[in-house]
Amino acid sequence: MRRTYQTAKYLCLLGWSTFVVFPFLWALSTSFKDANAVTSGATYIPWLEFEPSTKGWQSLFSSGSQGINIVTPFINSAMVTLIASVISLILGTLAAYGLSRYQFRAGFVKNSDITFFFISQRIMPPIVLAIPFFLMLKEIGALDTIAGLVLVYIALLLPIAVWVMIDFFGSIPPELDEMAMIDGCTPIGAFFRVILPNSVAGIVVAGMFCLIFGWNDFFFAFILTFTKTQLLPVAIVSLNSSVTPWWSLSAFALISVTPLALVAVVVERFMSRGSLAGAFR
Amino acid sequence: MLKPKHFFLLPALLTLAAIILFPLLFTVRVSFSSWDVYQAGLNYIGGKNYLRVFADGRFWESLMRLSSLSLITVTLQYVLGFALALAVWKEAKGQRIFRVLFLIPMMTTPVVMSVIWRTMLHESLGPTNDILSMIGIGPVPWLSSAAGAFISVIMVEVWQWTPFMFLLLLAGLVSLPKEPYLAAAIDGAGPWRTFWQVTFPLMAPVSIGAVIIRLIEASKIMDTVYVLTSGGPGTATETPSYYIYIRGLRDFQVGYSAALSLTYLVLMIITLTIIAKLLMRFLVGKEA
Repeated sequence: MRRTYQTAKYLCLLGWSTFVVFPFLWALSTSFKDANAVTSGATYIPWLEFEPSTKGWQSLFSSGSQGINIVTPFINSAMVTLIASVISLILGTLAAYGLSRYQFRAGFVKNSDITFFFISQRIMPPIVLAIPFFLMLKEIGALDTIAGLVLVYIALLLPIAVWVMIDFFGSIPPELDEMAMIDGCTPIGAFFRVILPNSVAGIVVAGMFCLIFGWNDFFFAFILTFTKTQLLPVAIVSLNSSVTPWWSLSAFALISVTPLALVAVVVERFMSRGSLAGAFR
Repeated sequence: MLKPKHFFLLPALLTLAAIILFPLLFTVRVSFSSWDVYQAGLNYIGGKNYLRVFADGRFWESLMRLSSLSLITVTLQYVLGFALALAVWKEAKGQRIFRVLFLIPMMTTPVVMSVIWRTMLHESLGPTNDILSMIGIGPVPWLSSAAGAFISVIMVEVWQWTPFMFLLLLAGLVSLPKEPYLAAAIDGAGPWRTFWQVTFPLMAPVSIGAVIIRLIEASKIMDTVYVLTSGGPGTATETPSYYIYIRGLRDFQVGYSAALSLTYLVLMIITLTIIAKLLMRFLVGKEA
């Protein structure tokens, strides 16, 4: 009975793993094909079923009519994501700490309402803000620039940072702050000298979520940039709508998802230690 | 009068308000104008755009489609995510490798993976139909038939976001207390009863959180649809976001699309609030 159960369990785990991994393996295999290999039907194993070619990978780094430049979109994506994440983390951590330690009151607005204002931004469908963002950025001349995108991405990422950090600070006992202040710290000093060094785990988790959502956003980058500041997801979709060279497409896709796929390893490590539990409630 | 507490809260609050509130108020104002591709401007035309929204069958159809799409995908994600989390929760061989593997899809860019899925679902050149033909199933028109396209979107969404459920539920499982399990073992409860009487009730708060977060995200679905099917064939996979995108940024009916998007936003908030309250009442038995 127990044996059958174990076998069934592992079969299911392997089945799901295959489903998860298959698109990546397919992309890897396709990235080494040429036009002939692609149009002759689905094949999987290089050398055995088709003659591998590195054309797809070369085209990503060469310029000219055959080339697709991946370097510039990659740098753009990295810059926008990193800058917006860092700003969101700084602002979000401060706000979350304030909300978890102090009482705010303005008329009928209380702490929980302010927290809700932050977190509820996740409900907002991007399309609702798309047109006003477009007109707003056009007005200040920030359309199709990195600065404009960073501004929009802060609105996207700040709620995530606040949400994760509020729960995290909730798990740090307030006595810690009080002790620091008895020792002569100002409230701001207590935060920077005592609380912040104890919050690395929470900040890492919040930072990872900012990176994931920033790096993977397509919609705003698609609407608010044209040719000067192209991000990775937009670049690959514009590639898709043209003649569709599957080999370049696949190589491009693999390069753009690899950096964050590595984040999965870090997330797993945190989860095993139970550090994520406090972040989700 | 600035106190230390304001130093913490105000920078973030003011930044977010400045970035969000102006566009939102602007959308409200635009929704009462006839701003379109021929004439940009904020002339006031009263509630005409909203009357048009109520008569717009294509919009209401897309909303119904979104409801079934998100209910099906979130249910599948929850069941699969919970099952996978339970499978790698306790000590098991290769546990950590499975965990990392199962997390990967949610880290990948939805549009990029949709581009790959598009090649995989290609009718004559893709591997999906190739493998199906090995077990004798004829070529399935994945992206060119209404039902096929709908199923394709569901499949890609399940592939992409089951990991998110898995992550939240596994994090919940890892932090469960040990005592109830000892009690259940002393009572001689089998694994089936232990799950329904101990694990599932203890996991109710985490489950509700995870389902609501996923419903919120699913209600915005757009990227996958844009790349995979462009809302087609016809309007078979068109979601409200995508329809508003067509009206607003393709046809450039700015005023009308503003009215559409505000209607959409209000309906989303109402529906999600009701769902959240109902889930709380049924699973935890108390008011939120």
